[in-house]
Amino acid sequence: MLMVATGNRAVAEAVRQAKPAVIAAYPITPQTGIVEQIAEYVTHGDLLSRYIPVESEHSAMAACIGASATGVRTFTATSSHGLLYMHEMTNWAAGARLPIVMANVNRAIGPGWNIWAEHTDAMQERDTGWLQVYVSTVQEAYDATLMTFRISEHNDVLLPVMVNLDGFLLSHDMQPLETVEPGDFIPPLHLPHAIDPTNPVAYGPLTGPDQYFRFRWDIERSMRDSVSVIRQTQAEFARRFGRTYGFTDDYRCDDADVVVVAMGTLGKEAEVAVDTLRNEGVKAGSMRLRWFRPFPKLDLAGREVVVIDRSYSFGFGGTLATSIRTSCGIEPYSVIAGLGGQEVTYDDIAGFVRNRRIGGEFWFGVTPGV
Amino acid sequence: MFELRIHSRGGEGGVTAARLLAIAAIHDGKYASACPFYGAERRGAPVVSFVRIDDRPIRVYSQIRRPDLVVVLDASLLGVVDVLSGLKTGSTILINSAHRHEYPGFITYNIDLTGIALREDLVIAGSPILDTPLLGAIARIGIISQDSAKKAITELFTDERNVKAADAAYREIAI
Repeated sequence: MLMVATGNRAVAEAVRQAKPAVIAAYPITPQTGIVEQIAEYVTHGDLLSRYIPVESEHSAMAACIGASATGVRTFTATSSHGLLYMHEMTNWAAGARLPIVMANVNRAIGPGWNIWAEHTDAMQERDTGWLQVYVSTVQEAYDATLMTFRISEHNDVLLPVMVNLDGFLLSHDMQPLETVEPGDFIPPLHLPHAIDPTNPVAYGPLTGPDQYFRFRWDIERSMRDSVSVIRQTQAEFARRFGRTYGFTDDYRCDDADVVVVAMGTLGKEAEVAVDTLRNEGVKAGSMRLRWFRPFPKLDLAGREVVVIDRSYSFGFGGTLATSIRTSCGIEPYSVIAGLGGQEVTYDDIAGFVRNRRIGGEFWFGVTPGV
Repeated sequence: MFELRIHSRGGEGGVTAARLLAIAAIHDGKYASACPFYGAERRGAPVVSFVRIDDRPIRVYSQIRRPDLVVVLDASLLGVVDVLSGLKTGSTILINSAHRHEYPGFITYNIDLTGIALREDLVIAGSPILDTPLLGAIARIGIISQDSAKKAITELFTDERNVKAADAAYREIAI
């Protein structure tokens, strides 16, 4: 069905169709639209979930953990400080191997108090064992949310997944949305270690170094296995519903001399910058990174790379730029832009490419450079 | 790509107008996106909303700097906000006003949307509804079709006074 929806509405719609048994959430700007819409579905009987309006995000994740441990599908959504408040429990969710799906509407961290788009919130969850996907359109927010349930719950994965969408830019943008009938695209959840009252066992006892270490390795092994599960799931989605997704979304990259790498809405806006640059005779391309964890192998050899980061690791560098430096063994031009919702246009992005200094770093609008 | 910027005050329906326009454009078979700029504004403060309409999917998220059409839902903004900012010469400005405003170099339409809303008794919580009559006026300018405007309105609102007001604005705007 074709409708016009915001990014928030698209996520809520996918959740309605995925039918989680338990949803526990706390509202926070700019995520509020998701939980409001879901609460409405539940109130009107359009979604037969148990909706738990908790008193904090820490409790939201804790409630999802408790529910998920019984082997049922769970969902929550948050943003910014809400995500940080969950942090202890997000680690627990991954360590306990619970396939919880969460939408995170990317927003800056205070102070200064700021409600606009930035990726720092999700980046602070980078090493928790959660899979992370970043989306760039309303349609993609919907499609990715549907797919993450299947990926997360796959028995080769059994790790939580976070769908990231840029605050306001995407969460509140209204675009056409084509919904699908998921049918059996998301199979019933089978959690092998689900709590079974007829077979009582202990959960969460003290774990010695040998076993603990083994559990950590097991997370990484599943993270590596998730690569093929993501690939299969995206291929199956394309086969059933006709929309194709990869680990990256490549635009005019084939013969590109210079490639812009960015995530979220900036990665989509970069495509317009690429068209501008191509008209000027610059062989530019855009590689929008969708999956940040697991981090995919990127084919960037022999090209100049301009990375746009919406977050920063203080004392080191742009989060995405340093990831690409390490994983691809190349020196990109690192642009830090869009923090706290800073306006970045396709003309600005074209400017980053024109004025690139490979190996350098540039804070857009702050440090001298362009 | 056709780019439209709506200036209004918080609570006047600028955001809903943008949404209605996007829905109508999609009914016309186009691609569209609508987004308000969310600042710290509250009721009564100046707000800006954007609509983009194109024949292909829209990939731009930044604010509209060079609009093809500017809508001013509240004429009291004219001395407060630079509504002409970035407006291309020869482009169009539509003002909700019972008075005649002229901007040399631009095509200026004045239409009393507030008057139409009051006449049609389209008033909620003491405020005249401006977004649905606006759709009629914009349909007449030719940005969206009248059929799609009506479709968009009836999708979002059940009260038939909305369509009546849109029809009135369609008839009354001086082209």
